[in-house]
Amino acid sequence: MNKIEAKNVDFYYGSFHALKNISITIPNNEVVAFIGPSGCGKSTFLRLFNRMNDLIPGTRLTGQILIDGNDIYDKSVDVDVLRRNVGMVFQRPNPFPKSIFENVAYGLRVNGVKDKAFIQQRVEEALTSAALWNEVKDKLKESAYALSGGQQQRLCIARAMAVQPSVLLMDEPASALDPISTSKIEELICELSSQTTIVIVTHSMQQAARVSNKTAFFYLGEMVEYDDTKKIFTNPDKEATQNYITGRFG
Amino acid sequence: MALQFDPKYNHRKRGLQSAMFGCFRLLSYCIVLVLFIILGFIIVKGISVINWTFLTEAPSDGMTKGGIWPAIVGTFCLMLGSAVFAFPVGVVSGIYMSEYAPQGKLVAFIRTMTNNLAGIPSIVFGLFGMAFFVNYLGFGDSILAGSLTLGLLALPIVIRTTEEAFRDIAPSYREGSLALGATKAQTIWHVLLPMAMPRVITGLILSLGRVSGETAPILFTCAAYFLPKLPTSIFDQCMALPYHLYVVATSGTDIEAQTPIAYGTAFVLIVIVLAMNLIANGIRKHFEKKLKSK
Amino acid sequence: MKKWIDRIARQIFTLSGFVTSVVILLIIGFLFSEGAGLFRQPIVEEGYVLALNKSNDVERLSAEQIKQLFDEDITNWKEVGGNDMPVSVFRLEDLDRLYSEAELGSEYEHAGEKIAEQVRKTPGIIAFVPKMLVEGFDDLHLIPDHTIPVKDVLLGTEWFPTATPSPIFGIVPLLSGTLWVSFFAILIALPFGLAISIYLAEVAPPSVSKVLKPIIELLNGIPSVVYGFFGLAVIVPLLQQTFDLPVGESGLAGSLVLALMALPTIITVAEDAMRNCPRTMREASLALGATQWQTIYKVVVPYSISGITSGVVLGIGRAIGETMAVLMVTGNAAVIPTSILEPLRTIPATIAAELGEAPAGGAHYQALFLLGVLLFFITLIINSCVEIVSARNKTKR
Repeated sequence: MNKIEAKNVDFYYGSFHALKNISITIPNNEVVAFIGPSGCGKSTFLRLFNRMNDLIPGTRLTGQILIDGNDIYDKSVDVDVLRRNVGMVFQRPNPFPKSIFENVAYGLRVNGVKDKAFIQQRVEEALTSAALWNEVKDKLKESAYALSGGQQQRLCIARAMAVQPSVLLMDEPASALDPISTSKIEELICELSSQTTIVIVTHSMQQAARVSNKTAFFYLGEMVEYDDTKKIFTNPDKEATQNYITGRFG
Repeated sequence: MALQFDPKYNHRKRGLQSAMFGCFRLLSYCIVLVLFIILGFIIVKGISVINWTFLTEAPSDGMTKGGIWPAIVGTFCLMLGSAVFAFPVGVVSGIYMSEYAPQGKLVAFIRTMTNNLAGIPSIVFGLFGMAFFVNYLGFGDSILAGSLTLGLLALPIVIRTTEEAFRDIAPSYREGSLALGATKAQTIWHVLLPMAMPRVITGLILSLGRVSGETAPILFTCAAYFLPKLPTSIFDQCMALPYHLYVVATSGTDIEAQTPIAYGTAFVLIVIVLAMNLIANGIRKHFEKKLKSK
Repeated sequence: MKKWIDRIARQIFTLSGFVTSVVILLIIGFLFSEGAGLFRQPIVEEGYVLALNKSNDVERLSAEQIKQLFDEDITNWKEVGGNDMPVSVFRLEDLDRLYSEAELGSEYEHAGEKIAEQVRKTPGIIAFVPKMLVEGFDDLHLIPDHTIPVKDVLLGTEWFPTATPSPIFGIVPLLSGTLWVSFFAILIALPFGLAISIYLAEVAPPSVSKVLKPIIELLNGIPSVVYGFFGLAVIVPLLQQTFDLPVGESGLAGSLVLALMALPTIITVAEDAMRNCPRTMREASLALGATQWQTIYKVVVPYSISGITSGVVLGIGRAIGETMAVLMVTGNAAVIPTSILEPLRTIPATIAAELGEAPAGGAHYQALFLLGVLLFFITLIINSCVEIVSARNKTKR
């Protein structure tokens, strides 16, 4: 069953044509990686899935994006509900100026959950699933800024997972981290894929190869190739893909 | 097991958002309304008083008749006087902060001092002006004492804008000039000053706008209650628009005759202040455009 | 030659770099030396003495007691620690009433004798007379003069700078007036300031904020005397009608005008602070399904709280130091305020209103400088708070 389906998506920043006629299907509970050189549109495309680009004035979209078969750009769609269902992790760790506990509980609270015991339970589950529980269980009341960069990023993942999204978008989640923290995040991605569909943007090809089942290669606003990760990295159909993964440009 | 969320809460939080934002918008428009009420009030009531006689004659009959010419002249004298003092000192001091001072603790200290000076209430400047310029230096109540006091008030504004203007110039311009063998002074004079000029001038004019409206600093250093003749030297007292407005608005003998004069004075004062703001904005826009078109 | 110019330029620049520091030092120096002089002033007007009957053993009277004695609020000496006898007040003018011109002499040459005579024969007398007239008589009890105590000034609850024989310089009514009127001003300005800064930083489309911002700058540019005039012409009569007051000049009128004047400061600083909140912080919140409003009050405001506080504190500073507008609309009654609808008087307004009448070097003049010192320190503390908060902010991020 397909989780996400994009049909003939074109996207403009003002007059700049950022994404050109992209169609893709992303199956349930898989990890899909978007790779490509900077400015190729992969992040832009990712941010269409939770309508984050709505925040930028002067943008325009044609085509359709379906999640679970529903057009997410339909007028009847409640953006808050959509975003609750489609979590996001950003390039740099961006915890809120609150305690560790409150960071994770935030998504529940802003969506109207008031039951304290339940929030407690979800926070623990989410921190556990982000492999952070053991490190922070004694200092839940402390500021999130007291954590290291890698811990902060895992906190952001826990924060996103607390509302049990069915899709998790990750925008270069390890690009600001050291190698050890990066490998922890990568392990986490593999574990989380049993619970949720993950779309990850990365410009590290090794990372894409390690964590994803499928990979899409973007270049100059077009999706050049989309296939199983193994195939993309061993025997791509297109020459541009071949050039990129062998490091001849980008 | 997907989490269950209360769909009603979603409506509620949406409703709350619309209510809050609506309220914010309303309050913001309120403030615009208030400004228009203040300006409108003074403009509507003031403009009917304005005529050639009002602008060019001295007050007469115990300030119930006549015009405000000496006050206009006095205000311009004070603006000019404070400019003569504050501009060179402020600009040079701003350049020092940006170009010469060793960055770190010293600049932080000077900047704190400048901020503190900017935060001192104008009446304290008045007190100081009276104690220092009028009594200690013996200038007496005079345009000189008033201008210096107002100049002190304008100083932090001038310093700050100058410093920012110089700081925002890319280091490559300095390096380019120094690499050609120019001294630091030459670099500042020939390269940096012309580039920073528009913003410096904007700051200067804004500070003049502020100076022209101040009353408290000149109360005891310069302003005369009633003085039909124009000042002839910097050691003369003078009338000034803001003080004149204060006097006719509060210590009137004949309220009915004086109210229109107060409105007229307020109108002229507002026009001067607004004109300063507009000119400063105009200069900034003009130079911004010029820089863009380059 | 080129080198020399460069070197001279450097000297000039360095010198002028310290101009603000020098000015602040000068301000402190001059304000202090004048203000501190107050505590060296005798409690009774210079050149005068208080003479009592020899049998009266009261040795020390405070300025307040002296005022009450002469206002006949105290009518018996035991109230000030003396024997039980009625007080009889005697001023120099009373001489003309009691004696003919011939008795006093054409040049008042017998005045001293006559005063001494009065003091001798009235046990409960307190006579306020020029020192030189009574110096020769050693059978009078002259109250030893002492200087104005610091405590009476700082904790004194009455401000009567022109009272004779001894002026009273209690700053409490002025200080409380200042704080009272500023407190209400901020109470009024705060909701407006926050709402408008949030609207400008977060909600308003760019086209709207482009129009609003210059308008707020304009509000900042209007001279305070014009605000005062507007308050006098519009707000004061309005308040008088609405609340049915005997006079419209009141603390509330001052607070309203001050609120209006403090608003631009609060708005500009708070808006800047909120705009500095990183975009990803907002996006993270929205990505969790929070509405924009939830994002603002749960993330943006907590993130920028120190900047917002700075804005509010600077607004308070502006309100406390404001002179002309407050002078014009608050009615200037130097009493400890009990209601915001009553006239009150602030420190800056007192200085502005009274300095013109106070003879240079006198106690009143020095008292006003002391008020200036006080005002200077209040604003200095406020500024330092803002500096510390913003410095701490910079190191935090």
